[in-house]
Amino acid sequence: MKTLYTTEEKQNWMRLLALSPTGMLERQLNMLERVPGYKFLKQPEVGLAMIQARACGNGKPFNFGEIPLTRCVVSMGGYTGYGYVSGRKKRHAVMMAVFDALLQDPEHHEDLQKSLLEPIAKKLEEKKQQKAQETGSTKVDFFTMVRGEDN
Amino acid sequence: MYVAVKGGERAIKNAHKALGKKRRGDVGVKELSVRQIQEQLPHAVDRVMTEGSLYDPELAALAIKQACGDLIEGIFLLRAYRTTLPRFISTRPINTDKIDITRRISAAFKDAPGGQMLGPTFDYTHRLLDFSLLEEKEPEEDCAGDCGEDREDNPPISRIVDFLDKEGLVEKLADRTKYELPGDLTREPLLFPVDRDVRLQNLVRADEGFILSMGYSSERGFASTGGHPFVVELRVGEVDVEIVPEELGFTVCIGEITVTEGDVVSVYSGSDKAPPQFARGYGLVFGYGERKVISMAQVDRALRCRELGEDIESPVQDEEFVLSHSDNVQATGFVEHLKLPHHVDFQGELEVLRRMRDEWEVRVEKRKRLMDQTAQNDKGQGETCNVM
Repeated sequence: MKTLYTTEEKQNWMRLLALSPTGMLERQLNMLERVPGYKFLKQPEVGLAMIQARACGNGKPFNFGEIPLTRCVVSMGGYTGYGYVSGRKKRHAVMMAVFDALLQDPEHHEDLQKSLLEPIAKKLEEKKQQKAQETGSTKVDFFTMVRGEDN
Repeated sequence: MYVAVKGGERAIKNAHKALGKKRRGDVGVKELSVRQIQEQLPHAVDRVMTEGSLYDPELAALAIKQACGDLIEGIFLLRAYRTTLPRFISTRPINTDKIDITRRISAAFKDAPGGQMLGPTFDYTHRLLDFSLLEEKEPEEDCAGDCGEDREDNPPISRIVDFLDKEGLVEKLADRTKYELPGDLTREPLLFPVDRDVRLQNLVRADEGFILSMGYSSERGFASTGGHPFVVELRVGEVDVEIVPEELGFTVCIGEITVTEGDVVSVYSGSDKAPPQFARGYGLVFGYGERKVISMAQVDRALRCRELGEDIESPVQDEEFVLSHSDNVQATGFVEHLKLPHHVDFQGELEVLRRMRDEWEVRVEKRKRLMDQTAQNDKGQGETCNVM
């Protein structure tokens, strides 16, 4: 099957689907005209991912600590959809896999881009902006004063 | 040795019921929800996640509630929970160069490029009890209103230590393009000597109080090398967590986590091969935890003594001492098991002690008799001497 999207595009939507509030996925799913039929290639399950980091940020890798990871794979109309999301979120992972499959389908891709991905991106951007603004408001200029005892 | 005992079921059941009652406290007061703990006690939640070694704010808050606020008990609960789940995968190393900061300070450079952002900090507060918190009240308005001119987008933040790097005054570390599978102390026992990867994993999970004291000791002079440490950079913010699922073969982001990261440097006097320079220590924790990060970086720096060829003279430089005693779950297990029934052991020790006491009495009696005899002999001789 010919793919109509680049790996980068897919990475981008997988990121948005993972970071999306679960409620936004739920609402979008409810808005679909018909609930698409899918079967599980991998039932949703919760496990762990060991987060790695690097010494001093860019040196030797080390094991930092774990994070719950929920994963799920669905098959839907010839497309395989994947859900990988941090946390214990089975419902989120299933919906993510469903949307991942739909996004690969040229019939749904454009619609979902507008009705789902763009609003998620907007929401995340708003949150980021608000935080940046709060952080920016705490920006300081320290200035040092000569104590004078050497004069 | 701890010996299993039977019986006591009713007492144990009632004791657990009493614990539940204690946890609930006065029923006239509204019950504390897990969500409230998660939202309003973030430092406690972050500490339990870091030392519990599991990034799950909701479960950390649940652990705190279940443990009635005993954080080490909560850490224990979270560690126990993680053992019930299979590990699917290891993530790609998080890229803290791309951190989305909420706080970033440097104690070394006043004019750090990108600026210093205080974020939500206890620093510069007066440490006076705020009695207004006794009353429940509505949250203050968003600070965005009085941002003034600081509303520009935060520029990408470069690592402050890199500026020293350009001058060659700070040691070079392995670059980001290299990858070596790190050791994992949840899978293999801690064997000495320990490499930096396993040491850092140990220090992340380590008890904050213990690491704080070890770091403090190095500052008070219980470290022969290193001189005064400097916090070159301390940052708090969010980073993406990415995995490469086998089925896909490319990187996908599964979520974001908040981390605190710290770069601490101190003078290294150099060796035959390396010129004098700043040597680096690193701290990293889940959530917001800068006290732990600074002390972790100090301890990491001190424990690099073997690698850097520095003299090993202080407790903080002794990796076996530090790393074997840093884990509060292990330490609690050893220390608190002492309160479990040791009745048989104790009886055994009593027997030993009685026997030792009997032997001691015989010995003392014998010695006394011997001394008496000697004294008598001496007296006899003395009298003889006097006659002479």
